[in-house]
Amino acid sequence: MIQLDHVSKIFIGSEREHTALADINLTIEDGDIFGIIGESGAGKSTLVRCINLLERPSSGRILIDGNDITKLSGKGLLALRRDIGMIFQNFSLFQQRTVLQNVTFPLELTRTPKAQAEERARELLKLVGLANLAESYPSQLSGGQQQRVAIARALANSPKVMLCDEATSALDTMTTHAILNLLRDINRELGVTIILITHSMNVAEAVCNRIAVIDGGTIVEQGETKAVFANPQAPITRALLGVEGSMASGIAAEAAAFVAQESASAESSLAESSIAEPGKSTATEADAAAGSHTEGAGE
Amino acid sequence: MGDFFAQYGGLLAQGTWDSVLMTLGATLFAYILGIPIGVAVVVTDKDGLHPNPAVNMVLGWVVNIGRSIPFIILLVAIIPFTRLIVGTSLGIKGALVPLVIASAPFVGRMVEQSLKEVDPGLVEAAQSFGASNWQIIYKVLLKESLPSLIRGVAITCIAVFGYTAMAGTVGAGGLGDIAIRYGYQRYQTDIMIATIIISIVLVQLIQSTGDFAARKLDKRNR
Ligand SMILES: Nc1ncnc2c1ncn2[C@@H]1O[C@H](COP(=O)(O)OP(=O)(O)O)[C@@H](O)[C@H]1O
Ligand SMILES: [Mg+2]
Repeated sequence: MIQLDHVSKIFIGSEREHTALADINLTIEDGDIFGIIGESGAGKSTLVRCINLLERPSSGRILIDGNDITKLSGKGLLALRRDIGMIFQNFSLFQQRTVLQNVTFPLELTRTPKAQAEERARELLKLVGLANLAESYPSQLSGGQQQRVAIARALANSPKVMLCDEATSALDTMTTHAILNLLRDINRELGVTIILITHSMNVAEAVCNRIAVIDGGTIVEQGETKAVFANPQAPITRALLGVEGSMASGIAAEAAAFVAQESASAESSLAESSIAEPGKSTATEADAAAGSHTEGAGE
Repeated sequence: MGDFFAQYGGLLAQGTWDSVLMTLGATLFAYILGIPIGVAVVVTDKDGLHPNPAVNMVLGWVVNIGRSIPFIILLVAIIPFTRLIVGTSLGIKGALVPLVIASAPFVGRMVEQSLKEVDPGLVEAAQSFGASNWQIIYKVLLKESLPSLIRGVAITCIAVFGYTAMAGTVGAGGLGDIAIRYGYQRYQTDIMIATIIISIVLVQLIQSTGDFAARKLDKRNR
């Protein structure tokens, strides 16, 4: 169980102070897929980065299974981080390492024997459906494939908790759903608690059992996903849900927005093998499925 | 032509060899000093792994002072120091000391630039997996910037090669020494031209080796 107890974070800049988190109280139960939702700049990343102390709270306590982690430093801090996996919006894969070497990275840190580390990494790559790409380099993979590698890497140390900071925001709709399904499987089959940041209500609705809505560094609403969606209280929640009341059309609107975004940007993560659907399949998807070079998919 | 080679071939070969040795030797030692300097500058930066404004500022000064002294001045100014370290200010050994002192700050800057090109997101990812600062330096910063570091080695080698010619003027030997003694002082234009051609070939060789190695090692954009 993870408890945030009156957590605040104030960034002290050269000119002014900025309160990124103000008196946050949250409880995340083991086995949750907990969504943290809010607009850009709301404080989502700061909140999640406090849980593995990439950011230190200015005040308040963070209890993991009852232990206050904010007291940790040195070796204790590094050990804590090993128990918490993390994935990122831009995947953050090591470009000069193969897929396999990316996944063994966390194991190298603890001097796991090479053969053992590689065996574990191959197991994880199989789990995320990329067993055949172990010797490839990240730049040869599509966005969705890169995020799968990042997920395998985050699982290397068998963490109890996984933090996902906008893990699907750089991906197209189809790929997003494939990655969310994978996260749900990991949650169910491995019992990993998942904390998922998103600015998309549809992402939250698809996988989270509980959500908290954050605005201006404060939690404005939290509870069971269904309950929040059925009866949103805070204005920001209503705004995030789209035009008030028209919830049912949310997914369609989101999908349309994704498509617009896709064609507007040069982002090319269209090649996604695992979610190739009849009728939606393109040549690039076939390429990716074959594990061959996919032009421009490395971004 | 045949006569020329019979007469001066040995001399030019020896000079080329001396220049190559000085260049490679000085570059090697400059990196042994310069890598820690560059790493320390990056690590102690305000956004670095272990911010330390005082150390960062001092290192910055050392690097800038080192780089602002013209080599020809440094060469003669530190002769007593050179004698103290290697026992002589002449020959390859004597040239090595000023060459290393002149190029280490340059290397420090090059290494700093290369490390700063590494995506901060990768450092953060490594931290999130519980990597220590040392592990981040070895496994992320140095490893991810390897292609860039190799390009830096080629640039450094070429700069050092230029310095070795100046060192030739104070008795270091090498191509610079030959160009001055024969080409300049004895008006032997053919020897002057030979040293120029050899220099061009050497520099081209260094550059293309560096480019090739960097490209070969870089796993991006495949
Ligand atoms: N290192 C930092 N220094 C100063 N301000 C920061 C820093 N990190 C984040 N902030 C500020 O804190 C606020 C919350 O940021 P963040 O947690 O990244 O928001 P979100 O992830 O919801 O987009 C923003 O206004 C941002 O500018
Ligand atoms: Mg964010």
